[in-house]
Amino acid sequence: MQKLGVQWGLCQPGTLQRVEVKWIFPGGTSASGTPAPSQWTTDTSILSSQWVYSQRHWLLPQVNGRKSRKHLHVNADPFRAVWPGGGSAATRGGAVSPLREEGSRRPPSKKNQSGGRGATAGGRGATAGGVVCTVEMMRSKADEEEYWHSSKFKAFTFEDEDEELSRLKESKQAVNSIRQLVEEDDDDDTEKVSWSGEPVGSISWSIKEMAGSNQKIDREPAFPRIPTEPSTLNKSHSGLSLSSLFRGKAKSENFQSFSDAFSDSVRIYAPELRKPKSEYKDYVCDWSPEETVQRLLQGKCTWKHTSGCWSAVSLEKFRSLQDKLLLLDFAVAAHDGNVITAVLIHLKRSLRKEVLFRELQSRQTALRHFIHYLTESREQKLLLELLRALGRTEDMALLQYKEHLIITDENNKRDFLKSCLSLPFSAEDSTHVQDHYTLLERQIIVEAADRQAERGGKVDIFQKFPRKASILNMPLITTLYYCCFYHYGEPEGTFSSPLNVRRTFKISEKQYFVTALAARAKLKAWSDVDALFTGRNWLGFTRKKSPLSFHRVVDVLQRNSAPTQVLQDYVALIDDAELRISLAQKLKCHDIVISTFRDMKDRQMLVAYRGKVEPGSAPERKIDDLLNNQQIRWKN
Amino acid sequence: MSPLDRIANMSTLKQHDIVKLYKVEYKATVSLSDQLCFLIRPRIQTVKWICDVVNADKAVGRFRRYKIIFTPQRFFACEAVLEEEGVFGDVTTDEWAFYLLPLDDDILSMELPEFFHDNFLAGDQRWLRTVGGALHLLHSVYGPFSKLYGIGSCSQMTYEWWREQVEQGEQGARPAEIGSVFLIDRDVDFVTPLCSQVVYEGLLDDIFRIKCGCVEFGPDVTSSDRSVKVMLNSQDKVFNEIRNEHFSNVFGFLSQKARNLQTAYDKRQGMDIKQMKTFVSEELKGLKQEHRLLSLHIGASESIMKKKTKQDFQELLQREHCLLEGFEIRESISFIEEHINRQISMMESLRMLCLLSITENGLLPKDYRSLKTQYLQSYGFDHLLTFSNLRQLGLLVEQQGAETLTVMESKVGKLVNDKTAGKITDAFSSLARRSHFRALSRKLNLVPKSDEEYDLRVPKDMAYIFSGAYVPLSCRLIEQVLERDGWAGLEDVTRLLNGHEFAVTGGSRAEPNSDAQRLVLVLFLGGCTFSEISALRFLGRAKGYKFIVVTTAVTNSSRLLEALLGNHA
Repeated sequence: MQKLGVQWGLCQPGTLQRVEVKWIFPGGTSASGTPAPSQWTTDTSILSSQWVYSQRHWLLPQVNGRKSRKHLHVNADPFRAVWPGGGSAATRGGAVSPLREEGSRRPPSKKNQSGGRGATAGGRGATAGGVVCTVEMMRSKADEEEYWHSSKFKAFTFEDEDEELSRLKESKQAVNSIRQLVEEDDDDDTEKVSWSGEPVGSISWSIKEMAGSNQKIDREPAFPRIPTEPSTLNKSHSGLSLSSLFRGKAKSENFQSFSDAFSDSVRIYAPELRKPKSEYKDYVCDWSPEETVQRLLQGKCTWKHTSGCWSAVSLEKFRSLQDKLLLLDFAVAAHDGNVITAVLIHLKRSLRKEVLFRELQSRQTALRHFIHYLTESREQKLLLELLRALGRTEDMALLQYKEHLIITDENNKRDFLKSCLSLPFSAEDSTHVQDHYTLLERQIIVEAADRQAERGGKVDIFQKFPRKASILNMPLITTLYYCCFYHYGEPEGTFSSPLNVRRTFKISEKQYFVTALAARAKLKAWSDVDALFTGRNWLGFTRKKSPLSFHRVVDVLQRNSAPTQVLQDYVALIDDAELRISLAQKLKCHDIVISTFRDMKDRQMLVAYRGKVEPGSAPERKIDDLLNNQQIRWKN
Repeated sequence: MSPLDRIANMSTLKQHDIVKLYKVEYKATVSLSDQLCFLIRPRIQTVKWICDVVNADKAVGRFRRYKIIFTPQRFFACEAVLEEEGVFGDVTTDEWAFYLLPLDDDILSMELPEFFHDNFLAGDQRWLRTVGGALHLLHSVYGPFSKLYGIGSCSQMTYEWWREQVEQGEQGARPAEIGSVFLIDRDVDFVTPLCSQVVYEGLLDDIFRIKCGCVEFGPDVTSSDRSVKVMLNSQDKVFNEIRNEHFSNVFGFLSQKARNLQTAYDKRQGMDIKQMKTFVSEELKGLKQEHRLLSLHIGASESIMKKKTKQDFQELLQREHCLLEGFEIRESISFIEEHINRQISMMESLRMLCLLSITENGLLPKDYRSLKTQYLQSYGFDHLLTFSNLRQLGLLVEQQGAETLTVMESKVGKLVNDKTAGKITDAFSSLARRSHFRALSRKLNLVPKSDEEYDLRVPKDMAYIFSGAYVPLSCRLIEQVLERDGWAGLEDVTRLLNGHEFAVTGGSRAEPNSDAQRLVLVLFLGGCTFSEISALRFLGRAKGYKFIVVTTAVTNSSRLLEALLGNHA
C-alpha cells in the first residue's frame, strides 16, 4: 500500500500562497522496489486537477520504496514560483524536478565540509506561469536510472540539452550538499539536523555558520582576496555571532515540534511568500540570512538560465529584526545593488518605517540604495520622511523644491514656489528660491501685459520685433535681456523696467551692463549703447568707461553686426596695443590700425599695411601722408 | 544609432515577424498587434509605463500577450513593480544578457551610460555585477588573466565579485589570450573627461556626438541637403589614420590624401582600353570609396573649424591649460564669469567651473557663492539642484575652513584696490590649501614644462592629446602601474586618490614576453573618453602594449555633466 498525499493550499486571488505537498510512503516492510506511479494513491483531487495545467517541464515525483522512512529533504533553492496574479484562483502549471535518492549503503565517510549548504544554483528554466519546485531525495544513482529507464513516463522533456545538463549539475551540487546529511542520518532518521547537515544545536554547527561567510570554498583560490578591503559587514552591529548561537537554539525547538510529524511522513513545502502565521512552525526551508543572500545572488550566477525567476526566494520568513538586518548586511557585503534593493523592499514592507529608518542610519550603503529606490519609484512622501528622520533637512528642502519641475501651469508653479519659501534651505539657497519665486511672479505679470500689448498692435516694438517665445520660466538674465529689449526706457517703478529688475535681484553692474549692451546692440540702438558708457562721466569728462574690457565690448557689438563706424570707436579704446591692432585689422578699422602704427613709430608695419588697404582709398592716402611726413621719427 | 541597431536592424527583426518597432515612452500604445514585446533596461519608470499599457488594455477588455525582456538583467525592484501593479503573470519576463558591444577592434562598450549616474551619484551598486559579468565573460572566453590591477572602490568590488565567480565555476585549461587587466573607476580622474578634446575622434564626439560608433553628419558637413550616418571605426581607412591625431595635423593630412587621390585618378589619362578596364574594375571602386570618406572628413573638419572659431576656442583652451597648470587663477575665474554673464554655453560654463574646482581643490567660499549666483541667474534657478548634485559628487565644492583667511583677506582688501586684493587672496589661499590635483600633477608629472616647444606632429608623450599641456591622469596611472608591475612606489599617489588600489597575480602565468602578455585589458567603470583611448593607443605603440578598452560607455564632458543636471523632472 503506497500512498501519496498531497496537500494543496489554494491560492487566493492575487496573492502568493503556500503550496504544501505531502507524500506518504510505503511502510518499512515493503521492499518491492520502485513503485510505479500508478500504484500511488493520491488522496487529493486537487493535485490531479491542478497539475493538469503543468507545463511539459514538470517531472513526476519519484518515490523509493526500498528504504523505509526515508526523509525527503527539501532543497528549496530552486523554489521559484511564478504565480498567476490578477483574479485567477487556479495555480497554473507546476514542475517538480527529479527526486534524487542518495545511496543509503554509502559507507559513512568523513564529513564533506566543502559541500556547502544548499549550494544548488538557481536560475532554473521555469516557464512563466508555472511552479517550480525541486524535491531532493536520497537515492542511488543506479536506482534512479533504473527507474527512469523502466518507467514508461518520460521525465525529462527539456527543449535543449543545455538546460538538462545544467539542471543535472545543479542537482549534483545539491546532492553533494546533503550528502553529509545522509551519512549522519543513516542510523537515526529523526535526528535533528540543520540544512547544512550538522546536528542542530551542536557547537560545530554554530561555529560553522559563523565561519560560513569566509570559508565557503576550501580550494586555493586562483586570485587572492584583496586584504585591504574594509569589511562592509559590521559584525558587531549585526550581532552575527550572537544571533547564530541563539538561532541555533531556537531552531532546535522548532525542529522538536516538527519532528513529530517527521517520523513517518515527509512533507515537502513549496516556496512561501505570503505564509499564514499559524503555519509558521511547520516551515522547514530554514536558510540562514547568508544562504538566502547567496541564493538571491545566484539567481544571476547561472548565465545560461535566463528565465529563472529567483524573486520567489523567500524573504518573508525572516521575521526577527536581527535576521532582517543580517540579511541586509550580507547583501551589502556582496556588493550587489539588485539584491540590496530586494532586501530593502522586503524590509520596507515588513518593518515600521521608523524602525527601518533608524537601522539605515548606520548603514550608509543600504541607505543610499534605499534613497535611490524611493527616488526611482517616486515615493516622494516616504523619501521626505526618511530625510527628515535622518536630519538631512537641506536635502529634504531641495527634494520638495524639485517638485516644481513637473508643474506645467505657471500660476500653480508660482504658488508652489511660494510654499517652498519656508522650507529649511541653506541661507544661500533660500535667497535663490526666493528669487526664483519673485522672478516667476513678475514674468507672469509682464507676460500678461505684453501679450495684450502685442495683440493690441499699438506698441511699435512688438510689431517690429514680434516676440519669438513667452518669457515664462526663462532664466533671470534672459528676462533682463527681454526687458532691455522691449521695455528699455521705462521708469523704475514698473515691473518690466530693466532698472527695476536689476535692483530687485541685485544684479551686478557688469552683468547688467553686458546684458543691456547686447540687447541694445541687437536693436541697433547705437545711441543707447553709447549712453551706457558715458553714464559715469564725472568731472564733466565724457570719457567712455566700461566694467567690461573693451575688446569684449567690441566682440559683443560685432556679434550683433555693428557697423565699422560704431565698432572703431570702441576698438580705439582697447588698452593693449597688440590686441587693438589685431582686432582693428580683423574688423577693418583702418584708421585705428594706421594711427596705432603711427604712435608706435613703426614705419615698416605701416608700409606693409599699405598693401592691405584698397588702392586709391582714403586709408591709403592717409598712410601716404604719414609716410611722407618728415616730422615723425620712425623707429625703423 | 542604438545598440539594437548594431546587433539586429529593422530588416533582421522583420524577418522574425516583428511588425513595428516603438520607442517605449509615456504614452498609450497604438499598436494593434496581439503580442507586445518590450526590450528595456531594467528601470522602474519604464516598467511602470508598461504596466499602464497592460492595465489600460485590461480596462477595455483587450487581450494581448506581453513580454518584457530586460537587458542585461532583470531587477527585483522591477518585478516588484509588476507585482504591485497587478500585472505579474500577465506579463512574462525574460533576460537578455547583453554585455559587450564591440565598437571597434580595441573598444568594447557595455553601452551603460547610466552606470555613471547610478553608481557615483546615487551610490547604487546595481550595475557592478553587470560589469563583473562582462569581465567574467571575457575571462571565460579569453582568460585566464595573469595579473589584475585596479584602483577605486567600484573596481575593487567588481574584482571581488568576479573572483568569487571564478572560484565557483570550473576553469578549463586554455591558453591565455589576455595578459593583464586594469580596472579603474571614473571618479579617480574627473579632470581628463572634463577637458576639451582636441584629438580628431574626440572632437567629433564633442561636436557631433558619436553614438554606438556611428556619427550623423548634417547638411553642413555633407554639403548636400541630406544627413549621412557614418560608421567610425578602423574599417574606415581615412578615419583610421586621423582619429588619434591632434586636430592641427588633420587638415594637412587630409589635403595630402586628397592630392594622392587626385594622382590616382589622373593615372587613367593616357591609358589604353585594356588598362582602363583593369583600372575601372580594380581600383576605381576603392578610389571612389576613399573619395567619399575623404570628402566627409574634410567637411567635418571644416564644420569643426567653423564652430570652434565662433566660440573663441583658442582662448577657452588657454584658460583650460592655465587651470591645469595652476597659473592665473583670478583671470580664469573672471573668464568663466564673463562666459556665464554672456550666457554663452550652459554646459561649457559648468564644465569650466568643475574643472576650476577640481584643479583648485574647491573654490573659495566667496568665489563659490558669487559664481553660483551668477550661474543661477544666467541659466535658471532650477540649477540649484545641479549644484547640489555636483557638490555631492565633489565636482564643484566650496573650500572648507577658509573662514579665517577671508577675515584676513578682507582686512587687507580694504587697504588696496580690488585687483591687488584678488592677487593677495590667491597668495593666501595657495598657502592654505593643497590641491590634490596639484600634488598628483607634480608627483606624476602630468603637466609638462611649458617652456619647451611641443611638436604635435611628433608627439613624445600622451600629453599630445591635450596639445601637450596635460598627460591624462587615468592613462598615466595605467602606464606607471604596468611599468612598475604594481603600485609600489606610488603610495603617495594612491593616498591622494583615496586608496582602493590593488594588484593581484593569478595562478596561471604564461611566458612573460609572449604576445598575450603584452595585451592589456583596461576596464573603465563609469565611462572613458575617446581622448583617453587615443592616449592608450599612443602608449601601446610607445611601450609595446596592445590595449583593449572595455568601458561602461564612451563618455565626454557633456555626457558626464548631463548625467548630473538636476533641472529636469
